Amino acid sequence: MRVAFERPAGLTDCPTHYCPGCTHGIAHRLIAEVITELGVADRTIGVAPVGCSVLAYDYFDYDVIQASHGRAPAVATGVKRALPDRTVFAYQGDGDLASIGTAEIIHAAARGENITVIFINNAIYGMTGGQMAPTTLLGQLTTTSPAGREAPREGYPVRVAELLEQVRGVAYLARYPLTKPAEVGRARNAIRRAFQTQLEGKGFSLVELLSTCPTGWGMTPREALRWVEEVMVPYYPPGEFRNGPEDPGGGPSRKRVG
Amino acid sequence: MEELVLMKGNEAVGEAAIRAGCRFFFGYPITPQNEIPEYMSHRLPEVSGVFVQAESEVAAINMVYGAAAAGARVMTSSSSPGISLKQEGISYLAGSELPALIVNIMRGGPGLGTIQPAQSDYFQAVKGGGHGDYRLLVYAPSTVQEMVDLTGLALDRADHYRNPVLILGDGLLGQMMEPVNLPPLSHPEDLPVKPWATDGRRGGPKRVINSLYLEAEACEEHNRRLQAKYREMETGEQRWDETWADDAEVLVVAYGTVARICRTALEELRGRGLAVGLFRPITLWPFPGPALAGLLQRGRIRAVLVVEMSAGQMVEDVRSVVCGRVPVAFYGRTGGVVPSPEEIGQRVTAVCEGGTVNAGCL
Repeated sequence: MRVAFERPAGLTDCPTHYCPGCTHGIAHRLIAEVITELGVADRTIGVAPVGCSVLAYDYFDYDVIQASHGRAPAVATGVKRALPDRTVFAYQGDGDLASIGTAEIIHAAARGENITVIFINNAIYGMTGGQMAPTTLLGQLTTTSPAGREAPREGYPVRVAELLEQVRGVAYLARYPLTKPAEVGRARNAIRRAFQTQLEGKGFSLVELLSTCPTGWGMTPREALRWVEEVMVPYYPPGEFRNGPEDPGGGPSRKRVG
Repeated sequence: MEELVLMKGNEAVGEAAIRAGCRFFFGYPITPQNEIPEYMSHRLPEVSGVFVQAESEVAAINMVYGAAAAGARVMTSSSSPGISLKQEGISYLAGSELPALIVNIMRGGPGLGTIQPAQSDYFQAVKGGGHGDYRLLVYAPSTVQEMVDLTGLALDRADHYRNPVLILGDGLLGQMMEPVNLPPLSHPEDLPVKPWATDGRRGGPKRVINSLYLEAEACEEHNRRLQAKYREMETGEQRWDETWADDAEVLVVAYGTVARICRTALEELRGRGLAVGLFRPITLWPFPGPALAGLLQRGRIRAVLVVEMSAGQMVEDVRSVVCGRVPVAFYGRTGGVVPSPEEIGQRVTAVCEGGTVNAGCL
């Protein structure tokens, strides 16, 4: 019998705790497929900080380090500097990366750390119960912006890809929504290019994935996907922001040591 | 081959760590410990090591966490306010059972305080510092040579217990120059293998570095394992030094720089015929309480004087050991003021003469 669809080699046989309609599962799968394709599973180390994906160490069949809130790029820096020939990725949510960990992501990018960051932007704090995130959109209701986010009161949502586009040291940068199969395919290609960038020693790579949080948003899975397309995509335009380092010779972590 | 060189305390710590096989340093500038990152920034590349100036104290301790998880022998250093910032990361290191060396070259606090030396981070160092039930092995060197010796020991003990270890120095010790014997250079590849390290599964089963246990019972079981390890440290790691303690009637207890000043003061008093001695804890955690209690049980000691560059922190541990058997007096200077041998001598004399319980503070 022909197998048409199966769990990729890099994921464990463990039911995830993710809610129905959440796109973390798709993101995990894409990473696992890419790492299998690139043949680096045996020398990959993942870093999963605080957030819904903190239990990723149960789901990925790689060595995984659980990290404190916002610090995954610093932890990944420590791993990569100690083991420059391994493939190191951090998997961060928006509260983690764009709020409490803003300093870590910008400076890891500025140093051109030769790591890959998968950034899940779902415009909310999912794990803690739906509070306002740095990426929460104007007008969006959350448990800590119950009247809807308003710029004079809560400020503006942070566009991470546009922010990092300004940072030298970034070698690959892209944003895609995990909605239609065609978009998921583009996200998959971006993830592959990001890891390829690291394998070629070119510097910092990041892929922002516009993701759903039906539970946090109070929507059905279908409504959530539509909300990504109709509300998130206009504010967070998809595309490839950078493919190749601005300074091909730069980046300290590309030098092999030891 | 050992070699005798003249070195600043801060630089000696860095060189000692390198000679003990440490090749990774992540840190952030803060006075009075800047010579450590400065030294490491030029010295580590000479031995194929890595120095990274992190964007913050928080990032530095998390880089340490990552390198330690990857199996590297790794260190960071800072001074009091910076060590406060690192506390969450230190708690994670302890919770995930990762070995690392942290050096605190203390300055006066609270807040921004001063850049002058102090010992007011004792509580933070030995009572927890960060969140959760955990312990650090805490070493308190009193000479530059001891900084060298304890740095190598600290890195070995950290690996042995898979636990972060703290060297608690102060600005005086970090800045002073003394001749030191340096041990020979050891190489990371000669250090014991760390089969638990997340360095890529390489054909074997995956490994996880983690301090999260969502089930209460599982988290309690994790805590039980940690506590069993801390009990083992309490049994096996207590270190202290005694000077003239055998015939002492008044025993001074002090650590680090202050213990040196006390020794100078006591030498003068011994010359005048006073039966005074010094007990110097080298490990602050585990506190060498049994050794101190043993001295008290001999029955000669009739009073204890604790001297610190703080408003009275270690004195609490001394009092819990003495347990009311003899009076415990305290003398402390704060805010970066270093007590002179003369003023300590006066306090010791007062205790000798009158059994003065309160030798005064500040």
